[in-house]
Amino acid sequence: MQFFGGSEISPSPPVPPASGSNAHMIYVFNRNGVCLFYREWNRPLRTLNVQQDHKLMFGLLFSLKSFTSKMDPTGVEKGNLGVPQLPGQGCSFHSFRTNTYKLSFMESPSGIKIILVTHPKISDLRESLKYIYNLYVEYAVKNPLYTPGTPIRCELFNTNLDQYVRNLA
Amino acid sequence: MAPVAPRSGDAVFANVERVNAELFTLTYGAIVRQLITDLEEVEEVNKQLDQMGYNIGIRLIDEFLAKSNVSRCVDFKETAEVIAKVGFKMFLGVTASVTNWDADGTSCSLVLEDNPLVDFVELPDTCQGLYYCNILSGVIRGALEMVSMKTEITWVRDMLRGDDAFELRVKLLKQVPEEYPYKDDE
Repeated sequence: MQFFGGSEISPSPPVPPASGSNAHMIYVFNRNGVCLFYREWNRPLRTLNVQQDHKLMFGLLFSLKSFTSKMDPTGVEKGNLGVPQLPGQGCSFHSFRTNTYKLSFMESPSGIKIILVTHPKISDLRESLKYIYNLYVEYAVKNPLYTPGTPIRCELFNTNLDQYVRNLA
Repeated sequence: MAPVAPRSGDAVFANVERVNAELFTLTYGAIVRQLITDLEEVEEVNKQLDQMGYNIGIRLIDEFLAKSNVSRCVDFKETAEVIAKVGFKMFLGVTASVTNWDADGTSCSLVLEDNPLVDFVELPDTCQGLYYCNILSGVIRGALEMVSMKTEITWVRDMLRGDDAFELRVKLLKQVPEEYPYKDDE
């Protein structure tokens, strides 16, 4: 088993754009809103600074989840809008698509949220997000030098993720 | 595409990497022995085992969720069943049974007939207050806390003290829903 020293918290060096990469960027958040991981492969437009970008993304998803589950016409019981929900409870949206990108989302019952932004033609990514969750478990959670709740700085995770994303349909 | 159905305990157990049972038992025994030597007080050892279990539990939950594909449990009854049938099977190779529900459904017992941690183990007279398997109570507490349930776990029966099985009493204290973590003025 290899051990990885965590480097000091500093912005990760820019990733050279992989040719043929299908995804634009990925975010991983935990239940407290800490951005555990952010990686971009192809993001020409950047409007906010990094902290604000993360907060905006997390806030957007938090609200969307709450909204979609309150609007659920098949739901039996409905709390008032704004009542906090348990992670994974009720219905959960899994993607939205615009004319320029598709955002796919997955949340585990432990509150780990994985967001993948790709080009709009891509098919359903739910299984892929589960696979990425497995990668997170293998390379981050099982790494004794990684403290849960802190940003992930692990080369193996980065490499395996890049490789997987490159091969997405 | 329909989501994949959760796998049963046996199916998941067949798919995870396994380690030699004796290695596991002997390693755990070595840890407990060392803790007793270092800390000397049995109560301290119990606390330390629980804390170690807690640290394991907060990581174990993600592995469990990723490999077993279970979705959010609807209520605590389902949670207890999933822990007993899928969780224990996946990580220890044995299943537990769930019994003794109390009237509001917030407290139950997990009964283990067979426990790989205690093979070859006998408690000496000097360690009579020791909960040898206390790491298990920490693991369950840690894992459930990561899915928003605060619980309290105590040992009711312990085979190393002469009972006929291992029984853990699991009590749900409260469910803690997630709140929006950012303050509005930041």
